[in-house]
Amino acid sequence: MAFHARPRQALAIAGAIGLALAATACGTGSNDKGGSSNAGSAECAPYEKYQGHDGKKVSIYSSIREIEADRLDQSWKQFEECTGIDINHEGSGEFEAQLPVRADGGNAPDIAFIPQPGLLQRFAERGQIKAASAETKAMAEENYPADWLKYSTVGGTFYGAPLGSNVKSFVWYSPKMFQEKGWTVPTTWDEMIKLSDTIADSGVKPWCAGIESQDATGWPATDWIEDVLLRTQGPEVYDQWTTHEIPFNDSRIAEAVDRAGTILKNEKYVNGGFGGVRSIATTAFQEAGVPITQGKCALHRQASFYANQWPSGTRVAEDGDVFAFYFPAIDPAKGKPVLGGGEFVVAFSDRPEVQAVQTYLASGEHANSRAKIGDWVSANKKLDLANVANPIDKLSVEILQDEKSVFRFDGSDLMPAAVGAGTFWKGMVDWINGKDTATVLQGIEGSWK
Amino acid sequence: MTTTTPPAAIGTQATEQRSTRAARVSRRLNSRIATLVAIVIAIVWTIPTFGLFVSSLRPEAEIKTTGWWNFFGNPEFTLENYQDVLFGQSSSSGQLASYFINSLVITLPSVLFPLAFASLAAYALAWMNFRGRDWVYISIFALQIVPLQMALVPLLSFFSRGVSLGGVTLLPAWNLDGAQNFAQVWFAHTCFALPFAVFLLHNFISQLPKDLMEAARVDGATHPRIFRTIVLPLVAPALAAFGIFQFLWVWNDLLVALIFAGGSDVTAPLTVRLAELAGTRGNEWQRLTAGAFVSIVVPLLVFLSLQRYFVRGLLAGSVKG
Amino acid sequence: MNFDFADQAPKLMMLLWGLVAFAVVVGGLLVLLDAVPAFFARRREAQLVAASVSGAPLPRRTKPREGLFALFFLLPTVLLLLIGLVVPAIRTTLLSFMDSSSQNWVGLDNYRWMFAEDAIVRVLLNTLVWVTLVPLVATAMGLLYAVLVDKARLESLAKSLIFMPMAISFVGASIIWRFVYAYRGEDQEQIGLLNQIVVSLGGEPRQWLLDSPLNTLLLIVIMVWIQAGFAMVVLSAAIKAIPSDIIEAARLDGVNPWQMFRQITLPSIRPALIVVVVTISIATLKVFDIVRTATNGNYDTSVIANEMYNQAFRYGENGQGSALAVFLFVLVVPIVIFQIRNLRQQRREG
Repeated sequence: MAFHARPRQALAIAGAIGLALAATACGTGSNDKGGSSNAGSAECAPYEKYQGHDGKKVSIYSSIREIEADRLDQSWKQFEECTGIDINHEGSGEFEAQLPVRADGGNAPDIAFIPQPGLLQRFAERGQIKAASAETKAMAEENYPADWLKYSTVGGTFYGAPLGSNVKSFVWYSPKMFQEKGWTVPTTWDEMIKLSDTIADSGVKPWCAGIESQDATGWPATDWIEDVLLRTQGPEVYDQWTTHEIPFNDSRIAEAVDRAGTILKNEKYVNGGFGGVRSIATTAFQEAGVPITQGKCALHRQASFYANQWPSGTRVAEDGDVFAFYFPAIDPAKGKPVLGGGEFVVAFSDRPEVQAVQTYLASGEHANSRAKIGDWVSANKKLDLANVANPIDKLSVEILQDEKSVFRFDGSDLMPAAVGAGTFWKGMVDWINGKDTATVLQGIEGSWK
Repeated sequence: MTTTTPPAAIGTQATEQRSTRAARVSRRLNSRIATLVAIVIAIVWTIPTFGLFVSSLRPEAEIKTTGWWNFFGNPEFTLENYQDVLFGQSSSSGQLASYFINSLVITLPSVLFPLAFASLAAYALAWMNFRGRDWVYISIFALQIVPLQMALVPLLSFFSRGVSLGGVTLLPAWNLDGAQNFAQVWFAHTCFALPFAVFLLHNFISQLPKDLMEAARVDGATHPRIFRTIVLPLVAPALAAFGIFQFLWVWNDLLVALIFAGGSDVTAPLTVRLAELAGTRGNEWQRLTAGAFVSIVVPLLVFLSLQRYFVRGLLAGSVKG
Repeated sequence: MNFDFADQAPKLMMLLWGLVAFAVVVGGLLVLLDAVPAFFARRREAQLVAASVSGAPLPRRTKPREGLFALFFLLPTVLLLLIGLVVPAIRTTLLSFMDSSSQNWVGLDNYRWMFAEDAIVRVLLNTLVWVTLVPLVATAMGLLYAVLVDKARLESLAKSLIFMPMAISFVGASIIWRFVYAYRGEDQEQIGLLNQIVVSLGGEPRQWLLDSPLNTLLLIVIMVWIQAGFAMVVLSAAIKAIPSDIIEAARLDGVNPWQMFRQITLPSIRPALIVVVVTISIATLKVFDIVRTATNGNYDTSVIANEMYNQAFRYGENGQGSALAVFLFVLVVPIVIFQIRNLRQQRREG
C-alpha cells in the first residue's frame, strides 16, 4: 500500500496487482495438477499406512478461510493423491455458531477443527463427537506434548490431536524505533514498566490496544488477564481458575486484573494513536498495533498471528519494521509461562477414511508439509524448524518446543462458552469502559453455573 | 330580491377571492416548506450511503485515517477495493460470478413459491366460507414472530434425517448433493416467507369489492376460476410488491444460506462470499465498502425497474369495496 | 481461475427443475381444482337427466363443499408452515423448560433466570424501547415523506433515495452507520461524519456507541433508516389510491393542507397504516443483526433476539435461548389481539 501517495499511478498499479494475483493463482492451480496420482510411487511411501480408502470423501469444517484455507488444501494434496481420499474443506467465519446447528440438525461434517476446548467438551458430553481411533491417539501421543493433549481429553476419552497453534505471550514493537530511541527489549515486568514510563515521558503513549472484534469483542483483553495471571500465580492457580475450582472473583484473580489495569487502564500509557483508555473498547484488534508503524505507539501485546495484520509492506523481522518479544515473566520462580491457542481435529464420524485423515493430520508429515507452504506454527514435535521460514513463526515454534516452557491454553476457550465467549468478554468490555474490577468479576462469577 | 343581494354577494365574493388568494399563497409557501423538508430528509437519508460509496473508491490508508469528505478536496481514486472484492485472493473460493449465479438460482424460486402459495391461501382465507378460517388466518399471522434462528435446527433435521414417528419412517431424508442443495434453500425460504406473504396479500385480496366476487359466483364461476381470472389480475401489482420485499430479503439473507447451502461456491450465495471477504481481516473498511456496493446493485436495479408497477399495485389493492 | 461456464450448468439445470416443479405444483393444483368440480357437475347433470327420464325422485342437491376447496387452497401453505415454523415453535417452547443440553426438565428455571439476571432485564427493557420507538418514528417519517413528495417533480427519484436503505442488508446498514459513528482521538482527524460535525461545531469527539442510553437510540436510528423506506413506499401507494373526486371535493370546500391530511388522507390510508405499523413492529422484535454488528450487545444495548442468538448458538444454552424466544412470542400477543379486532371490524364493515 505504499503507492497511494501517487494517486495517478494508483489505478494502473491496482490493475497490475489484480493481474499478478490472477497469475499466481493460476500458477498454484497448475502446480497442483502436476502431482502424481500413482499410489505406489516413492513420494507416496509415507502414506502407505493410510491406503485402502480410494474414492472415499471426507468433509472438513473449520473457521480457516481464504489464503489460509488454500494453504491447507495444498498441504494435504499429496495425501489425497496417494490415498485417493477426497478431502473437502469448508471454512466459515460463522464456524462456532454454525457447527452446533449442523451437528444438532444431523448434518455434521466428518471432521471439524475446533479452536475451543470448551466447545469440544460440550460436543463430547452430548455424545456428538467420536473418540479418536487407537492409531490417531498413538500418533498424537508421539507427536504432541501432554500439556496439549489434555485439552482434547474429556472424561478420560481422547477425541483428537491439535493441528495449528499460536503463541499469545508476545509484545510487538518496532526494532527500528527502539534502535533510534536507544530503548532495549525488556526481559522482566519491572523493566517493561520502566520502559513504558520512559516512552511516556518522551511524549508518546507507550501502549496501544484494541479489543473490538465484531461478535467476539473483548477477547484480546481476556488474553491480557490470562497472561498476567499465569505470571503472577503460576499454572496451578490458572488451572483452578479455568475449571472453576476457585471463584472467578478470587482475590488472586482480582490482583491479576488490577495489574493488567496498571497498563490497560492507565491514561498515561494508552491508547497510542487512538485516544484514551475507552477507545480500546472500540478499536478493532486488527488495527490496534498499526500505530507502531506510524511511531504513535511503541508496544502492543498480541499473539503470533498478528504478524498477518500489519499493513502490507511492513517487514516482520528481528531487525525489520516490527517484531515481537516474549511477554516477560513477573515472578522468576513461576518458570516461563506460555499462553497460546490452537485448533483440535475432532471427528463426528468414525468411518475408517475419516479416522485415516484424522491420524494423518496428527502426523509429522502433515505438520512439515503445511509449514513448508508458509505462515504456520504448530506444537507438533516432528515439525522441523528448517521448514518454518517466517521469523515470528520460528520464534513461536522455538518457544513451544522449549523444554522450559510451561504451556497453558487460552483460558476463555477452556471455560463454558456462556462465560468464556460471553460474560468474560463482555465483562472485559465493561471493565475497559470504566467499571471497577470487583463489580466486573462478581458479575462474571454470577454467570458461571 | 336582486336589488338587495348584490352587496352581500359581492362581499362574499370578495372575501372568497381574498381567502382563495391567501390560500394559494399559503399553499405555495407550504409547498416550498414541504419541498425543503423533503430535500432535507432525502439528504439525511442518502448521506450515509453516499459516504460509503465515496469511501469504496478511496485507498485503504485514506479510508482509515481521514474522513470520506476529504475526497473532494483531495481526490485519490482507486478501483483496487472492487478488484479485491470481485476477484478475491483465494484460488479455492472460486469466482464471484459463480456466487452471483448461485444468488439468482436461490432467489427466483424462493420468490415464486411463497408468492403462489400465499396468494392461494390468502384468497381462501378472504373469500371462502369455512369454519375456523379467522383462526387459521390469525395463527398464520402470529407465526411471523417465530424467530428464524429457532427454526434452523428442526428444519435441518427434517432434511438430513427425515421424519420418523415411533421408529416408522414417514418421510425419508433428502440426501442431496451439490447443486441439489438449492432445493433445501428454496424450501426454507418459502416456509419463512409465508406468514408475512399471507398477511400482506390477505390485506389486499380481502379488500377487493364484494359485489365483484358475488357477481362472479352468481355467474357460476368456480373458486379456481375467480382466483385466476379476477383476483390475480387485480392484485397482480400487490404480488409485485411482495415479490420485491421477498427478493430483497432472500438476496440479502446470510443465515439461511449458511445453514442450508453451505459455504462452497457450488451453492453459496453472494452474501456468504462477501461476509467471508469482509470478515477474514476484520475491520477492512475498504473491502466492506466495496462489498456492500456490489451486493446492493442488483436489489436496487430490481426496485427501480419494478417501482412503477409496484406503486400501481398497492393502489389497486387499497380500493375499498 | 478462468470462469468455467460448464461448472454453472448443473445449477442452471437445478433452477430449471425448480421452475418446472413450480409450474407443476401450482398449475396442477389449479387445474385439479377446476377439473374435479367440473367432473362432478357433469355427473350430477347426467344423474338429473337419468332421474327425469326414469321418473325416479331427484337426488338431493349436495351443498357446495367450500371447506374442502379451501383445504386445497390452503394445503401447501399449511403444510410448509407446519414443517417450517409450527414444529420449531413447539420445539422451542418445550426446550425452554429444559436445561442447556436439552436432556433434563428444569421447570421454570430458565424463565426465572431471565428475570433475575440484571443484564437480561436490561435486554428486555431495551427491546421495549425499540418496539415502541421504531414503528412510531419509521412510520411517521415514511408518512411525512410520502405526503411531501406526492405529485412532486422527480417523485420516483426522491422515493428511490429513501427506499435505498431497504435494499441494503441489516448487516450492511449497520456497517454504514458504524462508519458514521466512528471515533478518532481528539488530536486526530475524524473519520466519522457525526464526530466531524460535532468537532466543526466546536465540540469534542465522542465515542457514541459506548454511552448508554444514547447508544440504544443511535442503533434505533439505523432501524428507522431502513424501515422508513418500507413505510414510505406502502403509504405513498395508499395515498395515491385515494379517489381524486374526494380530494377535489375537499379542496372545493377550502380545507387547508393540514385538515386535508387529518380528515381525508389519514382515514383513507388507515388499512395501509396498520399493515406498516404491524410489519415494522414484528420486524423490530426480531431484529438482531443490527445490534450484533454495531455493538454486539455490549454497553447495555442488547435486545432479546440478539441475546437469544447468543445464548442458543454461541453459548450452547439452548434452554435459556428458547426461553427468550418464547418471551418474544408473548410480546407479539398484543399485536395479534389488535389484529383480531381489526379483522372483526373489517368483517362487520364488509
